[in-house]
Amino acid sequence: MTWNRKHLLDIQSLSAEEIMTVLDTALAFKAVGQRAIKKVPALRGKTVVNLFVEPSTRTRISFELAAQRLTADIINFSAEASSLKKGETLRDTARNLEALNADIIVMRHSASGAPHFLARFLRASVVNAGDGAHEHPTQALLDCFTIREKKGKIAGLNVTILGDILYSRVARSNIWALTKLGARVTLCGPATLVPKVFEQMGCRVTYNVDEAIKDADIINLLRIQHERQRKTMFPSIGEYASLFGLTKARLARTRPEALIMHPGPINRGVEIDSEIADSKRSVILDQVTNGLAVRMAVLFLVNGGKGPQEVAA
Amino acid sequence: METMILNAAAMERALTRIAHEIAERNENSAEVVLVGVHRGGVFLAHRLATVLSTIWPQPVPVGTMDVGMHRDDLDSQPAPKLQPTRIPFDITGKTVILVDDVLFSGRTTRAALDAMTDFGRPKRVQLAVLIDRGHRELPIKADFVGKNVPTAVNERINVRFREEDGADEVTLEKEAAP
Repeated sequence: MTWNRKHLLDIQSLSAEEIMTVLDTALAFKAVGQRAIKKVPALRGKTVVNLFVEPSTRTRISFELAAQRLTADIINFSAEASSLKKGETLRDTARNLEALNADIIVMRHSASGAPHFLARFLRASVVNAGDGAHEHPTQALLDCFTIREKKGKIAGLNVTILGDILYSRVARSNIWALTKLGARVTLCGPATLVPKVFEQMGCRVTYNVDEAIKDADIINLLRIQHERQRKTMFPSIGEYASLFGLTKARLARTRPEALIMHPGPINRGVEIDSEIADSKRSVILDQVTNGLAVRMAVLFLVNGGKGPQEVAA
Repeated sequence: METMILNAAAMERALTRIAHEIAERNENSAEVVLVGVHRGGVFLAHRLATVLSTIWPQPVPVGTMDVGMHRDDLDSQPAPKLQPTRIPFDITGKTVILVDDVLFSGRTTRAALDAMTDFGRPKRVQLAVLIDRGHRELPIKADFVGKNVPTAVNERINVRFREEDGADEVTLEKEAAP
């Protein structure tokens, strides 16, 4: 199907067909990354701005390289060294970037809905690179891409997301994407971090790890987001690791073909045993490679001109 | 309204003739490779390779190319659907025969030539098309043509393949006046 969106703000508003369009397009860009010359002229003359108001390394670098491989010019804007620290509003910062003729603004912000806010008044396309605990759409797309690449399908698979769900935008975007594509999603973690209300998004919620991972085809581990938690949500890291960490003993009770995913950065010895992270069961580094292809696809798609323009409500 | 330009048998004959012309023009068969342009050119490249394998002692490598990332009109329309470009052999020093179904403005061929430079430096490139419908906008000419079809700009050429559409045929469609 044809992609007609000017922005990529979240997964929630995408159809299953639109998600598949991104994944199919990313397949073509993954092939570009495997050649001797890894660059195509698709965004020649375009300017992409990485507006990262919340710190990030891997997502920012991934978008930066994606833009460069599409021959776009890219500017990195980080909050620490910016006029936002001098009291400029987000609206004014964005307007200034647009006055420099930015075509696409890739935005990371600690406030949920910040990219939707920008999309309401900017002529440039806005790509959400993570907004608070709300969504991280490109992470969910690269996770789906990796699952489809490894398993050949997504519909009908059992996907377990284990860890800090409450504060995780990765979890929310993954739940939207996976349920739209027909996977069965199970959430597991400490009760304080996995509220039952997530069942309303069409997931199963359990607090028993062995139960959660027993039938899983995919186990997606999430880091504890200390930076987002206002107070301690569980007694100690050690207790978390022993109750919810993926250990070799626990892994032995999963299906032998179950794959381990993690959006990174991983905390070895907390949510995942070091050996498991480096094992053949882990596709963590494939996720990084695929993230680049997916972000090239997203930049390519939102750059497409003259379709009906999608504006956030 | 659609008018039949080529039926299945005529398409088969045209491809057989093109394959023989390719063999006649290229004495050193070992240096020839085929690259089909998505989507129609890919089917055609594989069929030409099948005929060429009956003429030449060795099979001809076939690559596939999607020119979507190299188009010059990406700003003026929604992003095109892309297929992976797969050229699993070195084209440097080879004779690359670019295969497409319809030659019209020449812009797809220009994009394909541009994309090809990222894969190596061919000794030469030749262009094979099933239909040449005229209206060139760039200085591009086909080396091998299945059929020349005079058309009006607002007409459409539909090329259908048994692999995807159930039957081989080429039709000319008159578009209603706007």
